[in-house]
Parts: sequence; C-alpha cells; structure tokens
Amino acid sequence: MFNRMKDKTKEKIAAYIFLAPNLAGFLVFTSLPVLASLVLSFLQMDLLSGDCKFLGLGNYFNLMKDPYFLKYCWNTVYLMLSIPLSMAGSLLLAIALNQKLKGTVIFRTVYFLPTICSGVAIFMLWRLIYNANSGLLNIMIAQMGNFLGLKLVGPNWLTDEAWAKPAFIIMSVWQGIGGYNMILYLAALQGVPRELYDAAEVDGANSWQKFWNVTWPQISPTTFFIVIMSLIGGFQAGFDQAYIMTGGGPNGSTTTIIYYIYNNAFEWYRMGYAAAISWVLFLIIFMITLLKWRFYGRNIHYS
Amino acid sequence: MSGMKQKSYIARNPALLKKGTPFIEVKLNYPLKRLFQRSFIYVALLIGAVSMIAPFLWMLSTSLKNPNDVLAFDKVWWKEWLPMSFVWQNYVKVWQMKTVPFAMFYLNSLFVSICITVGQVATSAMAAYAFARLSFPGRDKLFFGYLATMMIPGTVTMIPVFILLRHLGWIDTYKALILPGIFSAYGTFMLRQFFLTLPKDLEDAAKIDGCNYFRIFWHIIIPLSKPALATLTTFTFMGSWTTLMWPLIVVNTHTKYTLPVGLAYLQGVHNTDWTLLMAGSMMMILPILVVFLFNQRFFVEGIKLTGIKG
Repeated sequence: MFNRMKDKTKEKIAAYIFLAPNLAGFLVFTSLPVLASLVLSFLQMDLLSGDCKFLGLGNYFNLMKDPYFLKYCWNTVYLMLSIPLSMAGSLLLAIALNQKLKGTVIFRTVYFLPTICSGVAIFMLWRLIYNANSGLLNIMIAQMGNFLGLKLVGPNWLTDEAWAKPAFIIMSVWQGIGGYNMILYLAALQGVPRELYDAAEVDGANSWQKFWNVTWPQISPTTFFIVIMSLIGGFQAGFDQAYIMTGGGPNGSTTTIIYYIYNNAFEWYRMGYAAAISWVLFLIIFMITLLKWRFYGRNIHYS
Repeated sequence: MSGMKQKSYIARNPALLKKGTPFIEVKLNYPLKRLFQRSFIYVALLIGAVSMIAPFLWMLSTSLKNPNDVLAFDKVWWKEWLPMSFVWQNYVKVWQMKTVPFAMFYLNSLFVSICITVGQVATSAMAAYAFARLSFPGRDKLFFGYLATMMIPGTVTMIPVFILLRHLGWIDTYKALILPGIFSAYGTFMLRQFFLTLPKDLEDAAKIDGCNYFRIFWHIIIPLSKPALATLTTFTFMGSWTTLMWPLIVVNTHTKYTLPVGLAYLQGVHNTDWTLLMAGSMMMILPILVVFLFNQRFFVEGIKLTGIKG
C-alpha cells in the first residue's frame, strides 16, 4: 500500500516535470494573452501616446458602425469563393488519381507543390504573373489572341478594383487544388466499400448515378470536414498575399479582416480596437466550430 | 488485389449463378472504352500538372533573364519560357546586395526556424507524454484547455504578447522571434494522439524492470514515435520558414529580418528588378522543396493523423 502511494506521487511529479516547459509557455503566450486580449477589447489603448481608458463595449459599437470593417468583412467572404471552386477541383483530381493509373504518385507530388511552396516567394511570383504588361497571364492572353487572330488585352489584374479579388481567387484555387483537401478526398474515396459499387452496378447504375448515389453520400463527412476547416481558415486568411501583392488595395478591395487587425494594431497602434476586431473574428470562428460539433456524431461517421 | 477488383460481381460470387439468379451480367469489359477513358484522364491530369508547374518554370526562367528582357514582351511565345541568356549572375547578385543583407536574412531564418522546431518538438513531446501516459490531478481539464485554445485565432493572442514583449524590452530581438513560436497546443495534441496508439506492453515491462519515466520516454516512446515526430518537425519547420506576420511585427532592424520579411523588404527596395526578386524567391523555396521531396510521406501521414481524426 505504501509502495503504491509512493508510485502515484512519483508519477505525479514526473508528469509535472514533463508538462512544465510547455505549460509555462502555454500560460504566458496563449491562455493569459487570451484573457488580456478580452480586457484590451474594452479599452481604448494607444501605444504611441500611451492613452488608456475604459470604453466598455465602445469598441464593439464603433466596429458595427465602421464602414471599413464591414467592407473588409465582405472582402473576406468574397475571397472565400475560392473554397467551393478549389474543393470541386480537389474532388475531381482525387477521383482521377483514384483510378489506379500509373504515375499517380508523380502527379500527386506535382499537384501538391503549390500548396507546399506557399509564402512570400510564391506571392511575389504571382505579383509578377499578374503584372499588366509583362506578366505571364496577360502575355498568354495576348498570345492566345494572336493565335486566334484577335487582339486580346488582359486586365490590370492587381491594380483594377474589379479584377483584384478574382485574381486572388484564381491564385488560391491554384494553390489549394492539389493540397490537403485533395489528399483527404483521396483517402475518403479509398474508404468507400467496393460492395456498394457492385450493388449499384447490379441495379444498372451508370457512372454518374454511381457518383451521386454512392460516392457523394459516402464521402460527405469529408466534404463537411473540409468545408468547416476551410471556413475557419478562410476567415483568418488573406494577410500575406495582400501584404506582398497589393498592400490591401486597390482602394481596400483586397484587405481582409486579419489585415485590418494588423493595420489597427501594428500600423496605427490602436490596440484596443484591434483586440475587439480579433474577438469578433474569434466569435465567428467559434460559431463555425459549434456547427462542427453539432453535426459530428450525427450522420457523420468515420471508419 | 488489383486482379480481384477487375472481376465482376458475378465472377466473385459464383454462388449466385448456381442458384439461377435471374439477372444478366451487365458489366462487360470494353477494352476500347477503357482505353479511351484512361487516355482522357491522363490528358486532363497532364494539362493540370502543366498549369501547376508552369508558374515555377517561369519563375526559374525569369530569375535567369537579363533584367531588361523581363519587361520586354516577345511575340515568339517560347522565348517567354526560355531565358535567352543564362544570367547566373542574378543569383550571385542576390547574395551580394549592399543595401539588402540577403545572406543575413537566410541565416536568421535558418536559425529561428531550427530553434522553433527543436523547441516545439521537444516541449510538445514531453507534454504529450504526460497527457497520454501519466495520470495527475486535473489532467483532462487541462487537456481540454489546450484543445479549446486551438480554435482561437492567432491574432487574438498576438496583440497582448506584443505588448508583453514590449514591456520586457524584447522587441527587435531573436527571443521575440523564437520564444512565442515554441509552445504549441497543436503539436501537443497531435503527438498525444499518436502516443495513445502505441502499445503499452513495452512500457509496462520497462516499469517492472525499474525504469523511471524519463528513461521510458527517451528509450521507448521517442524511438517508437519517429514518424509522428518527423511529421511535426517537417510541419513546424515549414511553418516557421514561411511565416511573415510575426517577424514583421516584432523585428525592426534589417539585420534581424527573417527571409519572408527580408524578401518583402527587397521588394520595397528593388521594386521592379524582377530578376533579382525571382532569384531571391527561388532561394526561399529551395529548402522547402528539398524538405518536401524527401519527407513526402510524412505530409500524408500528418494530414491523416490530424485531419481525419480531427
């Protein structure tokens, strides 16, 4: 009995030692800052002048009246058009790669490259691709025109308010199509029981019917998971590319919520206001997460 | 296995025929149709693959062009893809710029990424072991706390952490770049999930032999978890190699810039020197490509480990 007690104590001490470094960091850099941020969002805090006063919900009320904030929310949602587009592409690609053709591994690697090489370098590359005069895209449009005997002129992708968002969406689709979603879909397709297809064939189903009645319902958990994760990611996206490619312009048309937080906090040093925006962002994400929890376990089954 | 799949339903269930089941086997082998289908898929995949690769090739080609050729529009289409002169000098120039210490950016990025990766894998593995294998009061509540913070956007904590570092006088130091990146709820979660799948027998045997927890961790858990650790290492390294916002916020001196901030700075200084910018970008994605091509399977593992079980 005494020995067991001693073992328990030993285990506890060992556990705390193992936990200590991570827990310390977790407290200092995550959990306490979360609370601090909530407090901050009730303050008017200007780092430059050192002003600090209590506003209560003032920041949040101002936020609801802030036309820029609403515009940037709309931008963020608009840019998420890339989600359904790239998901459809990922699914098609996964179906093609699931045909057990030779060379699948090479294709998978190639399609994964844009996802893996994300970051400043790629955004700089796309800034050049979208360059109105010497960018790859407009050159190709012009050459296509020459080929067809027409005079085609591509738009000023990144400097025209009407084209900046489509340009970002095209780029996101290029980046995301062969990435994580495709791999998730591929795994889901491989998990569909063969018997279901056999049964459908016996019933005389054609490929299209097999897809809608067997494949699509069977991979619906994956689709749901991807939608949720993409929404969560989408609301927090858009800083790096806008910072590198457009600076948030033209006329704020590529500024997203996260960029607005950055500007408020680290360009204008309006810490309280920025914290309030980040809490609104958190609430949006929290609601999406609730949606995920609600539907998990019902209809959604993982093998 | 693949032979099995090509057989039709009836061929795999001969019993059905014996019973005289009244249906006709519908699935015939149409070699021609199959061939057509397959070539269609190949062509589609190839077109897709080309559009995935093309921007990279163009990047490489641009980085090797004469600066004056970049902005010139050539009517001959293939000249756009091939640099007419291989100006390797562009790459030398990137490293030797007087105004922009590119080599310094590279070293900073390497140093910061390695520190974050080593720190994160080590602290996450230790915490994950405690969560997966040791019992202590409040364990499940604490773990729930970790999970709960995973859905909080990074920007929520970014602002208070910035203010904290400012008070400590750590702004513009390597500490500010590295320390906040080391502690990760995500890494802890991922490794805990993996540790839970390991068989317990070895540990029990070791315990009976009088091994303490630290030796069990080091000699049993760590060697068994190499794939998961490699996955976390790869993800963490790539993440910190490409991260832009945090270094942008906490560092002001050029000589302390990491590569992403440095490239953005280079873009600001040499706004239209595209050969230079593309050469710099090539240098930035090169390590990512190498890490990816050598560790490809860990990516798939990582996605499956955290993605599906999510």
